[in-house]
Amino acid sequence: MDNWKDNRSVFWTLAGPGTFWLLVFFILPLGFLFVMSFSDKAIINGEVSITEYDYLTGISNYIRSVDTLYLTIIWKSIWVSALATVLCLLTAYPIAFGICFASEKWKPLLLLLVVLPFWINLLIRTYALIAVFRSQGYVNLALGAVGLGPYDMLYNNFAVIFGLVYVYMPFMVLPLYATIERLDKSYLEASLDLGASQFTTFLKVTIPLTMPGIITGVILVFIPCLGSFLTPDLLGGANAIMIGNVIERQFKAANDWPFGAALSFMLMYATFAALMLRAFLAKRSAGVDV
Amino acid sequence: MAEQMKPGSGPLDYGNRLWLKILFGVIFFMLYVPIITLVAFSFNTDRRGIVWRGFTFDNYVKAWNNSSLIEAMINSLMIAFIATLIATVLGAMVALMLWRFRFPFKGAYEAFMGLPIVIPEICMGVALLLFFNETGMMTAVVAMPWPLNLSNIIIAHVAFCFPFVAIVVRSRLVGFNRQLEEASKDLGASEWQTFWKVIVPFMMPGLVAGALLAFTLSLDDFVITFFTSGPETVTFPVKVYSLVRRGVSPEINAASTVLIVITVVATVLAMKLQAPQKSGKG
Repeated sequence: MDNWKDNRSVFWTLAGPGTFWLLVFFILPLGFLFVMSFSDKAIINGEVSITEYDYLTGISNYIRSVDTLYLTIIWKSIWVSALATVLCLLTAYPIAFGICFASEKWKPLLLLLVVLPFWINLLIRTYALIAVFRSQGYVNLALGAVGLGPYDMLYNNFAVIFGLVYVYMPFMVLPLYATIERLDKSYLEASLDLGASQFTTFLKVTIPLTMPGIITGVILVFIPCLGSFLTPDLLGGANAIMIGNVIERQFKAANDWPFGAALSFMLMYATFAALMLRAFLAKRSAGVDV
Repeated sequence: MAEQMKPGSGPLDYGNRLWLKILFGVIFFMLYVPIITLVAFSFNTDRRGIVWRGFTFDNYVKAWNNSSLIEAMINSLMIAFIATLIATVLGAMVALMLWRFRFPFKGAYEAFMGLPIVIPEICMGVALLLFFNETGMMTAVVAMPWPLNLSNIIIAHVAFCFPFVAIVVRSRLVGFNRQLEEASKDLGASEWQTFWKVIVPFMMPGLVAGALLAFTLSLDDFVITFFTSGPETVTFPVKVYSLVRRGVSPEINAASTVLIVITVVATVLAMKLQAPQKSGKG
């Protein structure tokens, strides 16, 4: 690897455009959003203006965002995301485990089958779920055939959690697959030879050794779940709103951008906290590196 | 290792356990049934799409004749095409820079490049909406003729796509043998010639894979486009969103199927290109 000082012109030519793009069209907008989160709508002639703002007036938006109403929604977003993440882990672990122990012939196909839905448009997958779960959907038709239902399966927390698990499962399978694949299988043999049952081996050997993959997968699923907007919007409706929906509403229907900006930063701080937790946990757990 | 044992009965042959096979079946069933029924019902004659009444291409014809849907599709493809071009060039340059040079605060720079990947999409969307509004770019761009009126969306898409391209291209570059570069220079090639004749051909699979990734990411994006598109500009996902909010219709199924086919083909191509070559030709 060369030192950047050896060839400054090449270094700057290569670094310049991308850095510029990210600074101007990403960092600067975030800066605007940051300023906006400390601003208020201007009051002109005693009326609240729609388009004018008083900049950097204080932290009133943040104070409002820890109001009980919004705290409830933030808290709910967290536990819905956490539950979805746990369910993802519970379904993805056996899948990843199974793929690792499948024959070489099947491995690439099984991996492709897991990843493929991830590439299909999120909106289309969510729409597909609506068709399955709506009151005249296939699940209710099937239940109706055996004399049950129809049940309301859409527009509640169940639908949102199912949707999140459905949509983000590939994010969990891939890091788990990567760690289990690298796990030295002789440890498992040793444990079994020394008299541990399959269950004990799994609990005491496999899980601790694959912990880095579990942590990565949990974070990779939890973060997009927490910031999700489309899934709760289409599957949850008014009954199951999450923080993303509140932000969207501030920027569209409610037209309260300063407050929306403050909520966006709350969401970003939560995301960074999750990432730091991951870095912290990854440092502590001894296992196979991802 | 387990040759003396009956195949599939060893303590570590989890791949052959019945319960695991059943679990696989159930989970793949749940993953694919919604998508498969969506595709299947795009060929259904029943307008309400509840029961199967017969095979038809009518929904595709209707979707094709729905000018707003086609317009949205053309917009989406145009955006994806231009954004992919820019994102691939930017991403490749950043990848080359990170691969070739060491410089102070490199770790911090890499984290900075990763920011658009980790930040919640909705935050990036509203930040760009605010930015385009405050700078006047929103009103200026919306008034421009097609395809310039898509500029804001393209700018936003490039911003979240090119870090992904950089990751893909960089992982390809890691396998590059720098002696090839030295050999080229020893044989009298200039830095520029070496770049085009030695490094770029080696990068090519990474470039194509990165470009296909950027293309699918751009084509699929809803949240950021939803915020950065003006009131008049509609892309395919945004159009589908407004249709879905009104209910389920076989036309959406048909249009979605077309998009699924495009993205699946692009993905399978990208995976083929990224997979390590089995024979020695790589």
